[in-house]
Amino acid sequence: MNWFSQVAALFGFGLRTLPTRKGSAAAAIFGVAGVVAVLVGVLSIGEGFQRVMLSTGSPANALVQRAGADSEMTSVLMGDTVGMIESAPGVARVHGKPMVSPELFVVVDLPKRSSGTDANVPMRGVNPMAFAVRPEVKIIEGRPFAWGRNEVIVGRGAHNEFKNTDIGTQLKFGENQWTVVGIFSAGGGISESELWADGNVLAPAYHRGNSYQTGVVKLASAGSFRQFKDALTSDPRLAVKVVRETEYYASQSRVLRLLVTGLAVIVCSLMGLGAIFGALNTMYTAVASRSREIATLEALGFGTGAVMVSVIAEAMLLALIGGLIGAGVAYLAFDGYRTATMNWQSFSQVAFAFEVNAALVGWAIFYALVIGLVGGLFPAIRAARMPVASALREG
Amino acid sequence: MTDGKPIVRMRGVEKLFHRGAEEIRVLHALDLEIGAGDFLALMGPSGSGKSTLLNLMAGLDRPSSGSIEVGERRIDELSRRELSRWRARHIGFVFQFYNLLPVLSAMRNVELPLLLLPMSGAERRRRAETALEIVGLSHRAKHTPRTLSGGEQQRVGIARAIVTDPTLILADEPTGDLDRKTGDGILDLLQALNREHGKTIVMVTHDPHAASHAARRLYLLDGQLSTEMAA
Repeated sequence: MNWFSQVAALFGFGLRTLPTRKGSAAAAIFGVAGVVAVLVGVLSIGEGFQRVMLSTGSPANALVQRAGADSEMTSVLMGDTVGMIESAPGVARVHGKPMVSPELFVVVDLPKRSSGTDANVPMRGVNPMAFAVRPEVKIIEGRPFAWGRNEVIVGRGAHNEFKNTDIGTQLKFGENQWTVVGIFSAGGGISESELWADGNVLAPAYHRGNSYQTGVVKLASAGSFRQFKDALTSDPRLAVKVVRETEYYASQSRVLRLLVTGLAVIVCSLMGLGAIFGALNTMYTAVASRSREIATLEALGFGTGAVMVSVIAEAMLLALIGGLIGAGVAYLAFDGYRTATMNWQSFSQVAFAFEVNAALVGWAIFYALVIGLVGGLFPAIRAARMPVASALREG
Repeated sequence: MTDGKPIVRMRGVEKLFHRGAEEIRVLHALDLEIGAGDFLALMGPSGSGKSTLLNLMAGLDRPSSGSIEVGERRIDELSRRELSRWRARHIGFVFQFYNLLPVLSAMRNVELPLLLLPMSGAERRRRAETALEIVGLSHRAKHTPRTLSGGEQQRVGIARAIVTDPTLILADEPTGDLDRKTGDGILDLLQALNREHGKTIVMVTHDPHAASHAARRLYLLDGQLSTEMAA
């Protein structure tokens, strides 16, 4: 019998004794399940937030903002800058017009549906070209706002998260009353967390004059980006930065992701320690209650190494079961759960859904197995060091 | 029944244990030879070193000094891993408390040592059936230890000890947990294995009645072989 078959046989004997130790085994399983459920739950926030950010934008779109700005909030582009952007090489054209969408970005207060507390919600002032550079924006309920009128359309995510966003509702922002006339989707991207209105109506309401925050540019192709960027950044009349739209939104998720991951690491490291003690207790009990049996097997010729590995394998199996239960619970409890949180780069709310995906579950199961490995290792060492001769006589 | 050829040779074997600073000498420069086909009873009071001697023969423990040869192999020079492999092939154990795996049937318990030897599942089952037949327990093959009497459990233990056809069978107080009548049945079985199947058996016991079933008796007192009597 080779070594692996010995391990398999010993592992099988151990499993068959589990019903006699079901209390401690269940404690270990549920300890690990709790850790994994929390780990997956917390990290699914970051995954969901990142999903929104990565779903936003197109690699063939570029964003132009003031040099040094790290978000739309801190960017200002004057009206004459827009003309220079439109004439830059690499810009796509539709019906002979350059596909450049100069956009205003303001933050308005809306109460959250969940708590009733006010939250910062991004509101974007656009011109007709905005719908051409973002073809993913579609009206799913109601109608588009009418140009020149105080009307807004609300992103699907914002509608789910904030009160006073139903069609027909009157809102007061800036110095104006606004009417909600439609709900839109945007392929799951961040635009779904926004309110959109006619930029020419929004600008005077917020005393913005002839200025914008961002120029969203549709490029002739994704490969035109370098040519476009070089032309703008080398123009001594302009002090702008140019980034791909996809890269911009990916970078916007970094702070929250870092925060969430840090929180998950701290909480789950502490909980993991608890789970390791649970697994240790279970396996020490197993080794103690089976000491005569283990000694007998060693006396018959089963190897000490095989005994050790079988103890560790049992701990890892219990941890795996706990991990799968925890991941399952997290999936059922968190996946798709919709909420909104602060985007720390723009200081405005982003609506998103928690996302429990395969990669996240994979990492959580890996963590569970590490808990099982550590929880099984020390009892396995005890089993290996057990004096066989005296253990054989234990009653 | 012995053909005189030594199967166990112990030369100058000493065994020391340490309890804190105290040194306890359990065996003193012990010489012993056991012939093939012998049935030896090792007797002595508690703490005399008889179980230690048995463990040394089994390779479960190492001598502090001296040499131990079993079947022409110096087992005191083997590594722990080599000893495990060696035991699987050459030693059959009979324990006082039977030491059966409670989750396995009698048949599976008997098959256990065969898992360590290269053979097919069918061969394993055939050998286990034969061993159970020899100890008279074929009809209880599918029973788990919990449903067997003490005597039946010890018979399963003996079947497990002989199933690999080992060089040496080591029995540690095999009747210590049984009543007199049941114990006699076990001793008769060991005697039959020795006389009819030529098995070499070393039995540790403190019971003179049990020892009377052996062909040869040795007395250990304070770690020294003090008397040897022919049966």
